[in-house]
Amino acid sequence: MERIPILRMGKLLLVTIQVDMHDRLAMTLQDDLTSRIVKDGAKGVLIDISSLDVVDSFIGRMIGDTAAMARVLDAETVVVGMQPSVAITLVELGLALPGVRTALNVEKGMALLTGTAPL
Amino acid sequence: MQTLGGTRLARLFNERQSELLGEWVAQQYAIASRRGGAAEAQLRNQFLQFVDLVCAALGSSEQVDFNTPTWDEVRNFLADVSGQRARQGFTPVETALFVFSLKEPLFARLRADLAADPALLAELTWTISKLFDAMGLYTTEVFQTSREQVIIRQQQELLELSTPVVQLLDGILALPLIGTLDSARTQVVMESLLQKIVETGAAIAIIDITGVPTVDTLVAQHLLKTVAAARLMGADCIISGIRPQIAQTIVHLGVNLQNVITKATLADAFIVALKRTGKSVLGGAPAAEAPGAPGPLRGNQFVGD
Repeated sequence: MERIPILRMGKLLLVTIQVDMHDRLAMTLQDDLTSRIVKDGAKGVLIDISSLDVVDSFIGRMIGDTAAMARVLDAETVVVGMQPSVAITLVELGLALPGVRTALNVEKGMALLTGTAPL
Repeated sequence: MQTLGGTRLARLFNERQSELLGEWVAQQYAIASRRGGAAEAQLRNQFLQFVDLVCAALGSSEQVDFNTPTWDEVRNFLADVSGQRARQGFTPVETALFVFSLKEPLFARLRADLAADPALLAELTWTISKLFDAMGLYTTEVFQTSREQVIIRQQQELLELSTPVVQLLDGILALPLIGTLDSARTQVVMESLLQKIVETGAAIAIIDITGVPTVDTLVAQHLLKTVAAARLMGADCIISGIRPQIAQTIVHLGVNLQNVITKATLADAFIVALKRTGKSVLGGAPAAEAPGAPGPLRGNQFVGD
């Protein structure tokens, strides 16, 4: 079965979504990610969605939920590389993801997680 | 009721052309001179062309129906005249009169010619009336269409003109908004801002609303949407240029801007942006100020992070 890989970099987990997200894939990712956070004792999660062109309300909510779950497990989540069209769609859907931290690209997201960002 | 008598009318036009021309030009000249437009020679020319086309169309068939292909050339001609008059600033009424002012002289001739045959007179009067009404309405329709095209073109030009995104410094964008924000404009503003954020990798965008005349709940909602979308991309937004009246309106309307950084002037917003990005503008001795603590805005030396 198709799975989205989760990479570990020290205390951080890196998820890069490079395929079209469908609902089952999203649910699997949520399961995998929460298990990996607990197993690896991760302190930060970076989700790269720069290849994601299309979102619906389910995927939008799933991103928000995943971030909230990670926070409960004491891991900071940063969503990076959102496309303008995706951002507009999410806002129009009323999903402004208030609890999720965002960054423009992986580099800036990484800086945010490791605490070296100027922001 | 049938509308026959095409050839009879064509003969009438041919025989009485010069008389009709005289009366028609007199009426049209009064209107045209008020607009400072068309010269008499040009009007005569237009009329002769018009009558020629109408005669050709009338002569080609006994049945008179403006909506048949026989009248295509007349329609094209009327569309030309109407479009030309729309551009010259004529009113729709004055444009329609190009056709309608021919009715009165025509009826007068018909009455004189056919006094002996009331039945034929009534029939031809009806034919002419129907035909000229159709032509008059057609000119109005074309007039309207050409005006609408002008309006649509202007709207598009306005949309393109009114949403510049400028880079103030590496990592800092400014978006000076001018004019009222509606849904269509917000969409364009949002798209161009987000696109520019991707291109420049900016961390902060300053939305300056000094040029926005009024802020109601809808405009505020549009602004908040833009801010939210930029945040999703990983850039922070500052709203600046809020005038005292607008601050009052926003609070009275109960619009919640708590989660957005707001500043009174673009200068204040720029200072915040500099602080956030760890850059500073130094005045006097360089390197005397630590990054993150911007000095007075006198010098012109920029220090990166």
